Amino acid sequence: MSSRLKERLGLTTVLGAVAGAAMVFATVAAFVLAPREATMGDVQRLFYFHMPSAWVALGPAFTCVFGFSVAYLVTGNLRHDRVAAAAAEIGVVFTTITLITGPLWAKSAWGVFWTWEPRLTTTLILWFIYVGYLLLRSVSLPGHKRARLAAVYGIVGWIDVPIVFLSIWWWRTVHPRILGGGGFAMDTTMVWVLMACLAAFTLLFVYLLVLRTHMEGMSARLESLRPSRDEWGGDQ
Amino acid sequence: MRAGLAHAWTITKKDLRSELRAASAVITMVLLGFLVVLVFSFSTEAGSKDSALARSGVLWAAFLFPGLLAVGRSFESEKEAQCLEGLLLCPVDRGAIYLGKLLGSLIFSFASGFLVLIFFTVLYDVGLGLKWLALLGVMFLVAAGLAAVGTLSAAITAGVRARGALLTVLVLPLLVPLLIGAARCSVVLLGPEPWNGLGLWPVFMAIYDVLFMAVGFVLFDYVVE
Repeated sequence: MSSRLKERLGLTTVLGAVAGAAMVFATVAAFVLAPREATMGDVQRLFYFHMPSAWVALGPAFTCVFGFSVAYLVTGNLRHDRVAAAAAEIGVVFTTITLITGPLWAKSAWGVFWTWEPRLTTTLILWFIYVGYLLLRSVSLPGHKRARLAAVYGIVGWIDVPIVFLSIWWWRTVHPRILGGGGFAMDTTMVWVLMACLAAFTLLFVYLLVLRTHMEGMSARLESLRPSRDEWGGDQ
Repeated sequence: MRAGLAHAWTITKKDLRSELRAASAVITMVLLGFLVVLVFSFSTEAGSKDSALARSGVLWAAFLFPGLLAVGRSFESEKEAQCLEGLLLCPVDRGAIYLGKLLGSLIFSFASGFLVLIFFTVLYDVGLGLKWLALLGVMFLVAAGLAAVGTLSAAITAGVRARGALLTVLVLPLLVPLLIGAARCSVVLLGPEPWNGLGLWPVFMAIYDVLFMAVGFVLFDYVVE
């Protein structure tokens, strides 16, 4: 094991420990420190996991997919492709968490699982786009060809996101809004707990991204050690 | 520029000719669209004055099935006998190949949509007139967006296994904004709502089409590299 790799693994472990500790603190904060919400009760605590998950997926994760896809197409460096793949996977996991916690909360707060509100609907469409991205990766053989195809879809998908949001927002404003924004007044403790959760989830994202990218790198290395296989001929 | 367009048109003509000679694919597409209209009409009581919303759903579902097939065909047929490699070896700009393929898909999906619309008009007793023509125009906008996004995605899936179903899964989420616009427009055009109900939706759809044609034009090069 090279010293550089050792150093890297050491840093990753430290990052993992910090992220883990932050997650433990965030969980305790959400369940214990945060006050019970007056009208919604304990169900509101889901919010401390729902909102940070949404942030991680829609913010850093999918932006990474776009950024590193562009970087791959410009430089042709497969490392960028691996980061994009890792970010997409993590993004899909957190979008799934968002989509599961959202309806659970909504059912108790608004009486329905789902409303065709722009943010909700856009999140669902996003989930479909990035699951499609992962499917595309899973059916092609590793290498530059897969990286190119995935990068193009990653870029197109990301460009589509604001358009999806705009169209749904525009579509819903034509119809009467049945439910309001669903917002609630947050007291100072709640805001602090939410901030802690956001920070913890972001750290967790960075840790997972580093770890997953590293794994992708190792599996690419393993692939390269195997007898070579024609990139184009392989998946005909 | 002019040479590029001429090359694109040559590729389109080649696609049209080969598809029309082996007419079975085209006939299958149109029949599929008809069948969707027919099957849906059992649940929406065709003939009665259904809500414009329900009828819109039937129309766009019946348009999309053959449309997606048409888009898939554009590269599927090239996989036989390494035609795709041959096409890529041609001394023409890659953008011209994209445009040529796009135009072919657009013509096929719009033509099948046109036939589906006629069938739909008969079964659902849609009034003929300016609104009908406008509906045809909206259909053209959807076909253009489908061709733009679909051609790029079809090129992507041409390079991988299990491409048939994958193409649909990749294309449909991207088309959501266009389909929302189409549904809004057709609700107005099939129902009693006045024209100004259309709002800016047709403009929005046209912008979507142009944007994704530009994106596809730029990115196509990387897909087939």
